[in-house]
Amino acid sequence: MPEFLQFLLSGITVGAVYALVALGFTIIYNASGVVNFAQGEFVMLGGMITVFTYAAGLPLPLAALIAILATAAIGVALNTLAIAPARGAPVVSLIIITIGASILIRGATQLVFDKQLHRFPAFSGDTPIAIGGATILPQSLWVISGAFAIFLLLWLFFTRTLIGRAVLATANNRVAAQLVGINTNFVMTLSFAMSAAIGALAGVLVTPITLTSYNIGLAFALKGFAAAMIGGMGNPKGALVGGLLLGILEAMTAGYISSQYKDATAFIVILVVLFAMPQGLFGSKSTDRV
Amino acid sequence: MNFNRNTALASSLALVLGFATPVFADIKIGSTISETGPASFLGDPEAKTLKMLVEEINAAGGVNGEKINLILYDDGGDPNKARTFATRLVEDDKVVAVIGGTTTGTSMAIIPVFEDAEIPFISLAGAIEIIDPVRPHTFKTPHTDRMACAKIFEDMKKNGITKIGMISGSDGFGASMHKQCLQIIGEYGIQVLADETYSPADADMTPQLTNIKSKAGVQAVLNPGFGQGPAIVTRNYAQLALGLPLYQSHGVASDGFIELAGAKAAEGVRLPGTALLVASLLPENDPQRSVVVAYKAAYEKATGKPVSTFGGYAHDALRILVDAIKRAGSTEPSAIRDAIEGTHGLVGTTGTVTMSAKDHLGLDLSAFRMLRIENGGWKIVE
Amino acid sequence: MIMRPSNKVVTLVILAAIILIAPIFFPSSYYFRVGSLIFVNGLAVTGLVILLGYAGQISLGHAGFVGIGAYACALAPVHLGLHPALAAILGAFLSAVIAFLVGRPILRLKGYYLAVASLGFGILVSMVLSNEAQLTGGPDGMPVPELGLRAGLKTIGIDLSNTEFWYALSGLVLVVGAWLALNLYDSSTGRALRALHGSEVAARTVGIDVAHYKLQAFIISAVYASVSGSLLALQNKFVTPDIAGFLHSIEMVTMAVLGGAGSVFGAILGGAILTTLPQVLTVFQEYEQLMLGLIMMLVMIFMREGLLPAIARRLRGRGE
Repeated sequence: MPEFLQFLLSGITVGAVYALVALGFTIIYNASGVVNFAQGEFVMLGGMITVFTYAAGLPLPLAALIAILATAAIGVALNTLAIAPARGAPVVSLIIITIGASILIRGATQLVFDKQLHRFPAFSGDTPIAIGGATILPQSLWVISGAFAIFLLLWLFFTRTLIGRAVLATANNRVAAQLVGINTNFVMTLSFAMSAAIGALAGVLVTPITLTSYNIGLAFALKGFAAAMIGGMGNPKGALVGGLLLGILEAMTAGYISSQYKDATAFIVILVVLFAMPQGLFGSKSTDRV
Repeated sequence: MNFNRNTALASSLALVLGFATPVFADIKIGSTISETGPASFLGDPEAKTLKMLVEEINAAGGVNGEKINLILYDDGGDPNKARTFATRLVEDDKVVAVIGGTTTGTSMAIIPVFEDAEIPFISLAGAIEIIDPVRPHTFKTPHTDRMACAKIFEDMKKNGITKIGMISGSDGFGASMHKQCLQIIGEYGIQVLADETYSPADADMTPQLTNIKSKAGVQAVLNPGFGQGPAIVTRNYAQLALGLPLYQSHGVASDGFIELAGAKAAEGVRLPGTALLVASLLPENDPQRSVVVAYKAAYEKATGKPVSTFGGYAHDALRILVDAIKRAGSTEPSAIRDAIEGTHGLVGTTGTVTMSAKDHLGLDLSAFRMLRIENGGWKIVE
Repeated sequence: MIMRPSNKVVTLVILAAIILIAPIFFPSSYYFRVGSLIFVNGLAVTGLVILLGYAGQISLGHAGFVGIGAYACALAPVHLGLHPALAAILGAFLSAVIAFLVGRPILRLKGYYLAVASLGFGILVSMVLSNEAQLTGGPDGMPVPELGLRAGLKTIGIDLSNTEFWYALSGLVLVVGAWLALNLYDSSTGRALRALHGSEVAARTVGIDVAHYKLQAFIISAVYASVSGSLLALQNKFVTPDIAGFLHSIEMVTMAVLGGAGSVFGAILGGAILTTLPQVLTVFQEYEQLMLGLIMMLVMIFMREGLLPAIARRLRGRGE
């Protein structure tokens, strides 16, 4: 039983990481219908910029704040310079643009910073917390609460705020949204800023656990993308559930079946979920709009 | 199309494809290294070391009065790309010798190119397949993974450990070392009770370690791998309080590892490392001392980054090559090849190299030192 | 669509002419290597034209089929005693069967859902190749036996260097592949694929079995990818699981879209550009990655239908 609990705690930790990345995908997808493959690079930037500003002597919270703001600015730049000019392009072209962006950001990061691995200290120390024979690190609790907090904020944002509804309206029908007076350009800018900031925050939270370097973004993007698809693209609830589900399944596979095919189970689950529910677990509502 | 336009087309094509090819005649040494990609952790210090040393050598007057012209390509860890660059080095750049092949995959992919062209090649990758069986033109500088396994198993045997758990990275480095360890483990009377793996980008290895922990009889754990994996394993190991000796591989032999894993979690970790890591701890009369201290100082001054074992591999490869060119007194690839094979008593960062027609590595186990992490620093065991 | 049916012969003649004439200008045999890589990639991308350009279906997992073709050539000669050429055919057959089994459920999905499902498939293949180390040599790869055709040609008096031989062979296979793809375009299958690309609903109402034709396109493109993998493995005489990896899948799709996925010639052009780009970009050294990302973005933003259609339109505009 302590084994099961340990697997579960591990799965929730990793799942919360995936969920954080998946939540970042959600906003951009909702606003523009674009799956941003550079989302993983935002996570990387959050970690890397924090590492270097912290190493330069700034206190950790300030370093993290700078990283989040800087990444949000990069997100806005990505929208203004690449996504907005390509409006209306087919899905494949958009995929290639965002993958191009991710290669570009990676290339720039290795030049500006370096190619080594880095981490900064955990927020609340490294003393494991024992729960029924299993243990969890305090930083994992930070990641898990971060994922839930962002989920809650996004959910409130999309359902309770005017601007959040404007984002959804823009996604639904751009022209109609403009007709009712929504500044769709502002909505797009805001979405990219938020998405990038959430990605960067994820990077800040997970770096003490996963470490960071210029080329970790792609792995995050793939798993986050998979998690978002399992849950149903564009739905914050789907992102959270998809992320946690993926993390827990991986941990259980590693624990009970084979650690070698841990990642395989994740993708088998994706295939099974998509075959049974082609729109993901919670996706039906948001994709009806097509 | 008239003739003029044809030649213009041809020369512009040549310009486009071969722009990087300088035309002056120096000693042309080629290199294809994984400066970027998943193995950049290894390739980056290798490339930096080569550039730094070539500059140093040229500033001091070159080799036999000729300057070295280093032509370095980044293969991104992709064996197919490495193969194209290898062909380019041989056919287009006309180099006399090549250093490179950061990973076993890229090394194995490019060996046929150099064997066909009869150009000497010094690999920087670990697997024993590179030099066993011996190929006429292929050499390497890093210890084989099998030697690292042997060193670790010797230490286990000395400490009365006969039953272990293994947790290996599923990347090339981890998988190759895992395989080679299992090949020789029987000779030491050691059994593997639990055999787990993790992917290079995994964030948490507690499930695998929990399984090892719950296996009765495990006396120690071995983690072949490089990059962030072993650091996370070490942290999870402390988190789960396994309380058993943890052995890491030479893949993490750098100061950065202690920093990444955290001094507290890394306390007591054992691994086979080279003299480079413990430069300042070496006794004054150690033949490697002056070499490793000089390289460490120069590298850290030039790059501002801590020195790593992998950069040391490139250092040794270039030293061996330059030494061979000097002794050969010629830049003919065949003469260089013969001279490399005749390398005798050359002191490098990984050990003292003496090659022969049957041994294209030239190192023995004594070159490895068993190290233990204590209070955030290295300690030589033995 | 710029390649009108009447242009079929023109495309093939231009392609064959380039392949035959280019070697006159090669300063060294390294250019034959780059050329043969262009042809091998061009072949895989031609397959994607059928799937992506004709039928409008995306796949981010086609490197999986490349891997199957490549490893068939590495494994079948050793374990089944097959000649490497037969092994390549076996690989193509195996790819077709797997494409048939996987394609049916996958192709029900659309857009990003199809993208992630195909991506998952590709990753599963590369994972198996990487994990089954006893069979495949694991992540460090395994050697591939010599095709032996070059030695055979030598006995009848045609003595080619290794790089020259592979340039000629992959060039020949590419021309054949392009010819088949262009013929398909004109066939009833091709018309059905283009119809469903335009609108699946409309295609269905005129009685086209959409699922059937999509599956057909998927299988054909899988065979193209498999053959290109076999050629690459035999040429390199060494193969690693990277060949089946996600990045290779992305690279293939990028080649197709960059040049213009709607036409065979455009896709081959895209393949040529993306194959030579890393060789040219070595000039920029550490800026290489940055440049590659930038070029991908710029082409897609400013010439979203691909290079060739964009250039063709500009030329036509000037002519009028």
